[in-house]
Amino acid sequence: MSNTTVDQTLTTKPSLGQRLKNLFTSKKSGVRRHHNLAGYLFISPWLFGFITFVLLPIVASFVLAFTRYDILSPPEWVGLQNFERMFTGDARYWRSVRATFYYVFTAVPLRLVFALAVAMLLNTARRGVSLYRAVYYAPSIVGGSVAIAVMWREIFGNEGVINFLLYLIGLPPVSWLGNPSTAIWALIALAVWQFGSPMLIFLAGLKQIPTEYYEAAAIDGAAAWSKFRNITLPLLTPIIFFNLVMQVINGFMVFTQAFIISGGTGRPLDTTLFYALYLYIRAFTTFEMGYSSAMAWVLLLIIALFTGIIFKSSSNWVFYSGDS
Amino acid sequence: MSTMSTQPTYVPKTSWWGKKITKTLIYQISVFLLGVVMIYPILWLFASSLKAPDEIWTNVSSLIPNNPTFENYASGWAGFGGVTFATFYLNSFIYAGVTTIATVLSSAVVAYGFARIRFFARSFWFTCMILTLMLPIQVQIIPQYIVFSWLDWINTFIPLLLPRFFGNPFFIFLIMQFIRGIPTDLDEAAEIDGCSKAGIFFRIILPLTQPALVTTAIFAFYWTWDDFLTPLIYLNDIKLFTVSVALRSFSDPSAATNWGAVFAMSALSLVPVFVLFVMFQKYLVEGISTSGLKG
Repeated sequence: MSNTTVDQTLTTKPSLGQRLKNLFTSKKSGVRRHHNLAGYLFISPWLFGFITFVLLPIVASFVLAFTRYDILSPPEWVGLQNFERMFTGDARYWRSVRATFYYVFTAVPLRLVFALAVAMLLNTARRGVSLYRAVYYAPSIVGGSVAIAVMWREIFGNEGVINFLLYLIGLPPVSWLGNPSTAIWALIALAVWQFGSPMLIFLAGLKQIPTEYYEAAAIDGAAAWSKFRNITLPLLTPIIFFNLVMQVINGFMVFTQAFIISGGTGRPLDTTLFYALYLYIRAFTTFEMGYSSAMAWVLLLIIALFTGIIFKSSSNWVFYSGDS
Repeated sequence: MSTMSTQPTYVPKTSWWGKKITKTLIYQISVFLLGVVMIYPILWLFASSLKAPDEIWTNVSSLIPNNPTFENYASGWAGFGGVTFATFYLNSFIYAGVTTIATVLSSAVVAYGFARIRFFARSFWFTCMILTLMLPIQVQIIPQYIVFSWLDWINTFIPLLLPRFFGNPFFIFLIMQFIRGIPTDLDEAAEIDGCSKAGIFFRIILPLTQPALVTTAIFAFYWTWDDFLTPLIYLNDIKLFTVSVALRSFSDPSAATNWGAVFAMSALSLVPVFVLFVMFQKYLVEGISTSGLKG
């Protein structure tokens, strides 16, 4: 715009050509300068990866959901058959949905309650706190590894540590991983044991609560529970909200632990057949790419639904300190 | 569960002191016991890896082996199918090493673009990026697998490594948060001096974001080191197995007989992670606390 006078720039709008050119060079809008070329150059790695490895695959998986495809022969359009089979003809699918919901609705709240309780325990200026913080976080840092899942399987095995301890106190052994009603609890226990990340996030949140609030409450003679109920909990709701969203999303996608502990089958009686595990079996052991794509899209919708519910409900229970 | 220091209330002083000591004692005992419960399984794994084969299941709960031996490590290292764990470790280090470098560099570049440069539709793309964080990987992985198999890239490291060169939304967000904390005066001063956007990035932003880059590097390494699904899907040849996939075959209850070796190799696979944890604990805690990264 160097060759136009000030008057012109004030009265005339730039032509379309000029605006398109501006898209890729720089333009002045108000006081903010746009650097489109530089901006797009810098984000181009992500943008390329997003289109190639995220956007196109999502579209492809949506189309695949309406086909039957085993990679070797060409895909065959089957309309809604995959969804019909999933919802009406596949009992195993429903068992996997049940196992996943059971897991998410028990492991996530338990893990968050534990994380918050321990964070409050560590939110003091006592000696040794940083050591305990490291010790409590250690299981989480190796949490998703195969080694830890193998270890957990052997601890809960028939000859494992848990049964040995039961024997020491005179109780009969329990087939933890063989019994359909206890197997999933071994996985829930594993999830609760790894409360480290939400604990650290809660701890950061607790440190931000001004101590004046507690001092004022103490002068009023508030009991510990009342302080927790009326100060800690409301001020932590944004953190609880964040942790809840992240944990629910991750909870629906748990794979490695269930794969290792159940030997890749979801045994006993499909009680540990998590959604991601069943999807893996359909996609990569029987190569039903169409059916597993339909499953993946339903998983996407389930996660979107629950995240949506949490977001929608948040206006009723999440308190931001800026609010009145 | 009171953790705030209780204010002295209007009670005789001696009784208050007595109460305080009891409280401290209860606190110390409870955090210690919880610490034991938390760390016991990991110590148990390391202890079992040092026990003689006949001791593993007879002296189950003990953390102290009767006759500590490294035999399990030697027999475990021999691996299976004619491939030793040296190969698996090399594969894992290639996978985790290349991923770490590629992720840090690409994420830093993209983070600078989003955090400091105004461009057309920036908030739209940023929203897209944040949305991908809640996307189940299963929606992407099936079409990716199909394309990679068309390209005949199954049983190579390309499907594992290629997608890592395009930034990771988690880390882009983490580094962005960090860049936002750097005063823009520095950028503006450099711009007045005629420095280009690339110059500002390389000379000012990159050196200043170093703590965030370290956090990114550690987490990228962890996640790749522990990654199981991707190598499980793409690698079928034993010679290409990473440690996580190898451990799975090695510990298969229907095939494994030498449990000492299984425990030894499991314990060994945790060592790189714990070494980094001890070395960089500060960065990790900061990274999780400020950006909510999952561990």
